[in-house]
Amino acid sequence: MTFTQVLFLIFAAIILGSAFMVVTTKKMIHAAFWLITTLFGVAALYAMLNAGFLAMVQIVVYVGAIAILFIFAIMLTRKDLRDSDTPLNKNWGVAALIGFLSFGGLLTILNNWTGLLKEAPELSSGMDTISDLGVALLSPNAYLLPFEVASVLLLAALIGSVYVANQAKSE
Amino acid sequence: MEFWKDPITTIFDSLLKSFTSGGMTEDLATVLIYLIGILAFISFAMVLDIFLVWVERKVVARFQDRLGPNRIGPFGIFQPFADIVKLLIKEDITPFGADVVLFNLAPIFSLMSVLLLWAIMPFAPKMVGVDLNVGMLYLVAAGSIGTLSVIMAGWSSNNKYALMGAFRTVAQMVSYEIPMVAALLVVTVLAGTMGAVGIVEAQEAVPFIILSPLAFLIFLISAIAELGRSPFDLNEAESEIVAGFHTEYTGMKFGLFYAGELLHSFTFGGFIALLFFGGHRLFGLENLGPLVGALIFMGKALFFYWVIMWVKYTVPRIRVDHMLAFNWKFLTPLAFILLMVTALVGRIFLHSPWLAPALFISNILIAWLTIEYLKSHARKERDQAEASGSAPATATQH
Repeated sequence: MTFTQVLFLIFAAIILGSAFMVVTTKKMIHAAFWLITTLFGVAALYAMLNAGFLAMVQIVVYVGAIAILFIFAIMLTRKDLRDSDTPLNKNWGVAALIGFLSFGGLLTILNNWTGLLKEAPELSSGMDTISDLGVALLSPNAYLLPFEVASVLLLAALIGSVYVANQAKSE
Repeated sequence: MEFWKDPITTIFDSLLKSFTSGGMTEDLATVLIYLIGILAFISFAMVLDIFLVWVERKVVARFQDRLGPNRIGPFGIFQPFADIVKLLIKEDITPFGADVVLFNLAPIFSLMSVLLLWAIMPFAPKMVGVDLNVGMLYLVAAGSIGTLSVIMAGWSSNNKYALMGAFRTVAQMVSYEIPMVAALLVVTVLAGTMGAVGIVEAQEAVPFIILSPLAFLIFLISAIAELGRSPFDLNEAESEIVAGFHTEYTGMKFGLFYAGELLHSFTFGGFIALLFFGGHRLFGLENLGPLVGALIFMGKALFFYWVIMWVKYTVPRIRVDHMLAFNWKFLTPLAFILLMVTALVGRIFLHSPWLAPALFISNILIAWLTIEYLKSHARKERDQAEASGSAPATATQH
């Protein structure tokens, strides 16, 4: 077993274990912190795949903004932060069924995919992945249109939130 | 004289030779040497931290017209060791109802977010932990771990003041991240890379302070806000919320927060030196060897650490609403305008000898326009306040 494989197994175990804790832990705020552990594990996997940019963005966006927003939402909505409650409601059976079905579906799709067992191609040492990514995002032959559509969507969300916040103020 | 030219590689090679001669495989030896290197590097940072405690206490004393520590050793230089002993023998208190695991993890995360930054610090051309091609993003990502540690501390303490400190910190750090990222983007546009080594290399002819003085100011302000030092020390505001997020911490756990803050300031001093002042360069002195370059870099970092202290002990704390208004209504728009202008000017004057003067003049123009706009805005606000008959509006930034 190579060093990379050992690292992969460690991170995979961290991701799966913490993801399991997110749905089973009894305190809401602990679930949020376990979620952060999961996100860190995913970032580590990205870094192992030579996707340093994606790994950093994962941490900046998900840990630095979204997870903190989650924690804020929990802090502002709970009366007592120490309360613990069962994380299950009466729909847990259906949810488990859907979870298993989607896992089975993904498994079948991946099994039929020829790329699953291929070795990743070696990156040449002089390759600058960041500038390649930047050029790809802004060239019309590659991903310019999806990139711009996503930007417009985010702008719309921004304007929408400003509108909602303004309305609440004027009332 | 191999050592003088490239100390890190020389040490690495000799260690590798002595490890593998004992029958160890090369892979394992490499991993082990990396671990030893990390340990040595972190120990160096922590020892430096002890020294920084003394620097901080001495400088604040001079700013406040006092002598500062002067009893133990020459100029009181051994005072921090007495402080450490005091912190170690204090009672370790965990408050009632605290979340024990998170309560103990928070100080570790706080220090970790700082030490992570040292991995990408280029002391000299060949003395750098790792040259990440996403270096500047890494800086922001490590900052978000710091934010996380403050939330953990504030929430797990089971104390209203601590929680309030955490709320304030998050509001501040999340908002000031935006102008900081914009200033980093200006540097990225100028250097053409996000890697720390590449940024230092790009400043061979002209340091970026001349190309973009405004970006330097924006970065300095948002760095001070990110550090949570005065005038942005709302998260621990002693006169309002006891001690903010670390109210409940005692002994060495408090010590870790304190050490983390000092080392964080020094680290940001280093980043200012590398982003805007050419890193290890000083009028050709750096050609003497990487060790001299590293010393110059540390000197520059120490200088900007002193600038951060200067601001801290001169400017009083600002109010929460002023802090937010200053960021969202002034700093963020300014940073975005600067970014757009820099990108445009950089594109128009690409490969032309007029690039540097054009960038400098555009910066000055933006600064002048901003000041004029602020003046007219302040006048309008004053006139309105006088017309309505009330007392003149308090001076806001906007």
